[in-house]
Amino acid sequence: MKSKAPSIPYLIWMLLFTIIPLIMVVYYAFTDKSGNFTVQTFKDSLFYTDVFIKSLWIALVSTLLCLVLAYPLSYVMSRSSRRGQNILTMLIMLPMWMNFILRIYAWVLLLQNDGLIDLAVKFLGLDVPLLGNAGAVILGMVYNYLPFMILPIHAVMLKIDNSLIEASKDLGANKFNVFRKVVFPLSIPGIISGTTMVFVPTASTFLVAQYLGGTGDKMIGDVIENIFQRDKNIGSAISLALMVIILLFIIAMNKFGDEEVVA
Amino acid sequence: MKKFISVLMSALIIGSSAVTLSGCGGEKQQELNVFNWGEYISNGEDGTIDTIREFENRYNVKVNYTNYESNEEMYNLIKESNSSYDVIVPSDYMISKLIKENMLEKINFDNVPNFANIMNKYKKTDFDPTGEYSVPYDWGVVALVYNKTMVKEKPKSFSVLWDKQYSGNILMFNNSRDAMAIAMRLKGINPTTITKEDIDVASAYLKEQKPLLKKYVMDQVFTEMEGDQAAMAPYYAGDVAVMMSNNENLDYMLPEEGSNWFMDSMCIPKTTQNKELAEKFINFMLEPEIGKANIEYLGYSTPNQKVYDLLDEDVKNNELNYPKEDYLKKCYTFSDLPQDVYDYMQEEFLKVQA
Amino acid sequence: MKRKMSVPSIIYIIVVMIFLYLPIFVLILYSFNNGKTSVWKGFTLKWYSELFNSVPIMTSLKNTIIIAILASIISTVLGTLASVGIFNMKNPLRSIVTNVSNVPIINPEIVTGVSFMLLFVFVGNIFHFEMGFGTVLIAHISFCTPYVILNVMPKLRQMDYSIYEAALDLGCNERQAFFKTVIPEIMPGVISGLLMSFTYSLDDFVITYFTRGAKFQTLPIEIYTMLKRRISPTINALSTLLFVITITILIIVNVREAKAEESRS
Repeated sequence: MKSKAPSIPYLIWMLLFTIIPLIMVVYYAFTDKSGNFTVQTFKDSLFYTDVFIKSLWIALVSTLLCLVLAYPLSYVMSRSSRRGQNILTMLIMLPMWMNFILRIYAWVLLLQNDGLIDLAVKFLGLDVPLLGNAGAVILGMVYNYLPFMILPIHAVMLKIDNSLIEASKDLGANKFNVFRKVVFPLSIPGIISGTTMVFVPTASTFLVAQYLGGTGDKMIGDVIENIFQRDKNIGSAISLALMVIILLFIIAMNKFGDEEVVA
Repeated sequence: MKKFISVLMSALIIGSSAVTLSGCGGEKQQELNVFNWGEYISNGEDGTIDTIREFENRYNVKVNYTNYESNEEMYNLIKESNSSYDVIVPSDYMISKLIKENMLEKINFDNVPNFANIMNKYKKTDFDPTGEYSVPYDWGVVALVYNKTMVKEKPKSFSVLWDKQYSGNILMFNNSRDAMAIAMRLKGINPTTITKEDIDVASAYLKEQKPLLKKYVMDQVFTEMEGDQAAMAPYYAGDVAVMMSNNENLDYMLPEEGSNWFMDSMCIPKTTQNKELAEKFINFMLEPEIGKANIEYLGYSTPNQKVYDLLDEDVKNNELNYPKEDYLKKCYTFSDLPQDVYDYMQEEFLKVQA
Repeated sequence: MKRKMSVPSIIYIIVVMIFLYLPIFVLILYSFNNGKTSVWKGFTLKWYSELFNSVPIMTSLKNTIIIAILASIISTVLGTLASVGIFNMKNPLRSIVTNVSNVPIINPEIVTGVSFMLLFVFVGNIFHFEMGFGTVLIAHISFCTPYVILNVMPKLRQMDYSIYEAALDLGCNERQAFFKTVIPEIMPGVISGLLMSFTYSLDDFVITYFTRGAKFQTLPIEIYTMLKRRISPTINALSTLLFVITITILIIVNVREAKAEESRS
């Protein structure tokens, strides 16, 4: 039980299938087709800066929307009975068990011409295409990743000691101040992990924009997939850039979280 | 503890080697890997012949049947993924590329007696001048499919794909060669052999079109057009015929400027592990009954005389399937492009889309 | 234990639930539609019979389940052992190993997928193997194991070490003591790691997409290819069945847990 040896198989596994593949990405990113060192791949990738920015923007909006939707729900959930909490948690997790592509496809069915929501909107006298724009992509993202925001916030709120709330009430804090001074600060770790868990997959996902977006809504994941079919080097360069951005984002979120806790 | 680990390690090693072994085959039943376009073989749906099952049962073999969406996708997989395929069905220009790069096997026609059924004019082609590497599967032209409820007047030319009044309802090829060819023809360029400058002209024109488009599609076109979700799309004639049979709101148009005339042929790539069985399969596909079932499912045009003879008169007289000689004269075929031009075209098309 | 919910809260919960379940309801509804488009053409069960007769769907279902079972078992064993080893490490080694292990969780899925593809194609070119079952399995084990470690580690930390020492004092050898004291203590973590791996493997699309080669199909891949072609309501039938199976499993698990809790209290 004192030995480190049991981890050896996994250490070897990590070397082979975590570290070496990443080295391969770096290697291909810095070489051309004949294997010579180059940074031309990154210069070529600059063309996709707009797509990059658009992906990050879509991810940001989706994350914020998730937060706005999830926060009150998590709060309400954490105030309900244990039985109610169990049922709600299960109801929120259940759709995640449906295959990811099918969940997106369901929105295509709803939003397409003469789909259920399209008919409802037309009934209200509006005739706008619901499918094929950034809004539909964001909707799909929020739908897909909302549970990833609700669950961590809820988990943190559960841990808030009820006596803290009672105490602040006894000290004369009104409902709003209880929330501002007690509940919100204590829920920040949940917000941070929820934000990371939503932002990272939304920024890098592929397929969602292909189904729900229009011709102008290509996301960086779709570009990577597409480019890899013919050019591994540029594809690796873009992947590397994406990885670095995501890593910086996670580091920033963690820093932010630490400072908050200290404050 | 140590013992436990070593047992586990050896279990892992044995497990992984077993995986590699099963990857190399070694099962008793013979296997054939067929790599074909999506929706490109009759599959038993709606009472047709299930071609693959039929072949499996007759020869007691197992067929691994997989799909691709474009010649380029197929090419990349053959070249890059170390996959062993036995039969592929590339288009004309891709066949000449594969022949040039020495990626195809010569077919032993002793094993393909039904080759005699192929019409003489298709036995030797521009893309396979010696006729040693390919056996015609079907042919067709690119046509426009449009929804009569959304497009009131029958269009005359592919320039309708740039018509602002259909903004948001136009679908376009998600395939560089086909998309660029349409743009080039409208700009007066012959798409058969092209230069980088021609590609720039076409890209600029396609960029103009992009804001008007609903989507770039390949096989998704079926869902879009059959479900009344878009007004028009350029697509391959056979598929247009299939879409029309599934939605009576649809009609077709052959553009006055002509379009791509293509032929897809069966080939055996060098990766084959069972060439004889591949030849058996090709021969099987040329049988009149099988060929008829297949071509009726596909909606394309047959190069097989015995199959053609079995077809209904109204199919033979349908201009979408068998266009008149003077339309075919206006059409163009694709030739193999130099690698740098080809890469440039792919890259520019992705940039148009991004 | 806490107050009753207010009316606005209840309304809000209902709205979110409609948002979450409307798409699923629509998918299920159309699995009974006697037509291929979104127009309702009467009730039918024909898509269900087509589903069971579809060789590609059934083959990929089989593949998915085999991969998920193998990947979750192997990564549970690998991850549990690794957790014990890492637990015995000291910093900085421990935090380095933990961080590297978390890479597949943090990294965007598409980058993980692409990196595997580069590796497998590169090695495949040298040793002449093609991507397929083996490569998908390796990839799945690689992204599942970190989750096992994530689940087992806290249990090791919570464990009362003196039990293990007591077992040794009572004459167990190290291995016996490990299996008799440590394993039961960390079992809940091991089980949840196993279940998590199983579901992630079952549902994975992105990483499988890049590592499967051209012939190996799993269910998510098959759904993807089906959507690329002409959409048939068979897909809806499939999703309905998967959903019903999931609900059933979850209800059984929850009822059992609730009963266990009751008997404890």
